[in-house]
Amino acid sequence: MIDEGLKSELQKQGVYVTSLQELYNWGRANSVWPLTFGLACCAIEMMAASMSRFDLARFGAEVFRPSPRQADLMIVAGTVTKKMAPLVVRLYNQMPEPKYVIAMGACAISGGPFKQGYNVLKGIDRYLPVDVAIPGCPPRPEALIHAIMTLQEKIRNQDLTGPNRPRHLNAEIEGEYPVPAYGKHDLEPPKNPDLWNPPTMTRK
Amino acid sequence: MGVLTMEPNQNPYLVLALLAGAAVVFALTPLLAAWAWARFFSPQKPGQDKNDTYECGLKSSGDAWIHFRSEYYLYGIIFLVFDVETIFLLPFAVSFTGLTVGAFVAMIIFLVLLMEGLVWAWRKGFLTWR
Repeated sequence: MIDEGLKSELQKQGVYVTSLQELYNWGRANSVWPLTFGLACCAIEMMAASMSRFDLARFGAEVFRPSPRQADLMIVAGTVTKKMAPLVVRLYNQMPEPKYVIAMGACAISGGPFKQGYNVLKGIDRYLPVDVAIPGCPPRPEALIHAIMTLQEKIRNQDLTGPNRPRHLNAEIEGEYPVPAYGKHDLEPPKNPDLWNPPTMTRK
Repeated sequence: MGVLTMEPNQNPYLVLALLAGAAVVFALTPLLAAWAWARFFSPQKPGQDKNDTYECGLKSSGDAWIHFRSEYYLYGIIFLVFDVETIFLLPFAVSFTGLTVGAFVAMIIFLVLLMEGLVWAWRKGFLTWR
């Protein structure tokens, strides 16, 4: 392993050294293909981000794929209704590894302004492992670009070995998450207990 | 260009064969590389949802092996009789006076065949409005 000081010193002389891990993660981070998947008004901002004015292509993430088989980033852009939640989870399950999730906007994070609605899921993190959450209602395209840059940073800093290795290299991480079913009053189960463990408030 | 110059006693198609072979190798190499990568290196995490055929998020319902009614052939025959025949009749009428006997007989055979199709569809009751 080469130390950072020597690396930058070599770089000044025009010699670039890298490790296989850095090269691999560099390639992964700059070719994140999102799924064409919009649920509500956040999707309009997502479309704007991919168009010429904001130009998501600068970050290698403009290739919106119409099939989950070819995508590795799910941007949950909008309100997830309870009717739509099983479909979202199923689409996530159909994506190949390694896959990432961005919860875009207040609705995808927590239900947002429609939180009191009887048919609104209070955050997609009840069923899916969210990597980056973007606040806003809706977030500006710049915010989405920032989220993708944050995700790229996360990908770049992932070790290929060890406990924090990416999903596809970790056989213990399950590839599919349980798809909730339509129950009589709510989704069943109403949350994935392995994923969603909010702190409980205790009064003294 | 030195490689592609021909010797006098060489088969002129040898270069073509070499290029065709190179083209096949050029096309197959990335396919084989992708297959080998998927076979030996890519981490597989199959599952029930992932192996599902349908990919719009909804669960696929029903059986794909359903029965289709194959009645389109009747429409095909009627289309031939009323539409395609017109296209052939127009040049036939325009050059009618200059035609040889053979061409005339051939055209009549063609018309009779199509008329037979019309009679057949008529007798089958296909022209009756239901």
